[in-house]
Amino acid sequence: MRDWTLRLNGLTKRFGAVTACEEVDLEVAAGEALGIIGESGSGKSTVLRCIAGDLPPTSGKAQLRVAGEALRLFDLSPTERRRLRVSTISVVHQDPVDGLDLRLSAGGNIAERLTAAGWRHFGRIRARAAELLEQVEVPLGRMDDPVGTFSGGMRQRVQLAKAVANDPALLLLDEPTTGLDASVAAGVLDLIRSLLEESGVASLVVSHDMGVVSMLASRAVVMHHGRIVEAGLTDQLLEDPHHAYSQWLVAAARG
Amino acid sequence: MSHATWTTSVVELASGEPDELGHLDEQSKRDIRHALLTAVAVPGYQVPFASKEMPVARGWGSGGLQVTLAVVGTEDVVKVIDQGDDDGVNAANLRRLIATTTGTAHTTDARTATIIQTRHRIPEDRLRPGQILVLQVPVPEPLRGVERDMRELCRMHAEGDYARMWVSLYEDVVRHGVITRTTGYPVLVGGRYVMATTPIPRFDVPKLHEAPFLSLFGAGREKRVYAVPPHTSVEPLTFEDLPFEVERTPGAACLLCGAKESYLVEVPERDGWICSDTAWCARRRDGDEEAELVSEARDA
Repeated sequence: MRDWTLRLNGLTKRFGAVTACEEVDLEVAAGEALGIIGESGSGKSTVLRCIAGDLPPTSGKAQLRVAGEALRLFDLSPTERRRLRVSTISVVHQDPVDGLDLRLSAGGNIAERLTAAGWRHFGRIRARAAELLEQVEVPLGRMDDPVGTFSGGMRQRVQLAKAVANDPALLLLDEPTTGLDASVAAGVLDLIRSLLEESGVASLVVSHDMGVVSMLASRAVVMHHGRIVEAGLTDQLLEDPHHAYSQWLVAAARG
Repeated sequence: MSHATWTTSVVELASGEPDELGHLDEQSKRDIRHALLTAVAVPGYQVPFASKEMPVARGWGSGGLQVTLAVVGTEDVVKVIDQGDDDGVNAANLRRLIATTTGTAHTTDARTATIIQTRHRIPEDRLRPGQILVLQVPVPEPLRGVERDMRELCRMHAEGDYARMWVSLYEDVVRHGVITRTTGYPVLVGGRYVMATTPIPRFDVPKLHEAPFLSLFGAGREKRVYAVPPHTSVEPLTFEDLPFEVERTPGAACLLCGAKESYLVEVPERDGWICSDTAWCARRRDGDEEAELVSEARDA
């Protein structure tokens, strides 16, 4: 097995008496995508938010390997965690509104990430933003239009461009195609797959949709009531689910 | 009631002790000086202070007035300008208030003043070490346009997270081809804090960079003071490939003194321009050599 980029041990998050996730262990390596499957309320988004730094965990350990050095994420200060979000950890939200400023242009949204990383040359910022938009297939003619005027699928493409702008080590995708029409979602999925393949980023793909996970991730875990109930290769999970809940999930997906 | 009687009664009201100077009591002055010392120690950082009710409305220079009254001493000579003009109604009122309540001398000559309180301008004369420039500030928060939440603003300053400020400049250039901000241009002070330069024109912004004098900024309504100590870097925020430019109207010259390189304001009824710094302009017309020299140095 390849060296991990992200490693979770015993991640637990409680909200008062409610346990959102418990004793979650997982590893993901560079160039690899790990799927987290589960229905809403299963705790998969909580796991993602703890890794992203949006939620403080109740207990557990998360390590991120950056430039050969293992950072213990949960020991970092809020300031250091936010700094990681500039160019090391990127999140793609289900709703582009959470990841974009709709009043700003597509280029401006990408420029935010670039200027945060210290870019101060207008021409180079423009060139990089154009390059990224081309990569996600947003017409360059729309580069200077406010993202609020974009369709849902196009907003999601801009969000992806922004997320990969600084070549992050870890990409967290939270239901990246859930809000989109089937045909638009298929296009965005294709795009995500090629981005993951080209960039060599380590990624976590959270989805309730077996189809999305099977398309993006070679390995997956199934979460149920806050715990990982099954883990394995995505194809095997789909063909031969062991845990009763996984079987039910696969059956439900087949309709 | 005569004017003199009225001002005497203000002095009596303001100071219980006969040796107290000016409208503010000693404790208030100490509090403001305390905030100012913090401001000088952390250049560009906005320090909260207990802004007092002043005999001028908030928004009419109450912040600058409190700063001036907190630092003024019996040896000081005070100059007050509004848009470069000593005789503006607001400037004249503030000057009279300062002079009559403190008894300090006042002048219109930027060279001999020790404290220059100003709204929207920095005098044309090169200020020298030891002089204090007090700027009246309406909006001290440079990031107000990109964020409204106070806690988030504090976080952005604390972490030096100015990406959204840069994005607003980026969007400006995309939409207009240039950075359109003309007054209150954002600057980076001492390489650390982004600061609003009050509504001074861009023309005056370079005067703050590595300046030999002390600049104190007072925002009465917003209850903040901040400072640029002498010899501190003040860099206008701009992209590496888009140099910062000051306002200039090609061919414009002062109708009164003929200056081309001073900061000029338009006089539509005379279809021309005049110097915004009225005292400097008057000295030039009287043939003051020093004013000429500064002007020629700029021409060259």
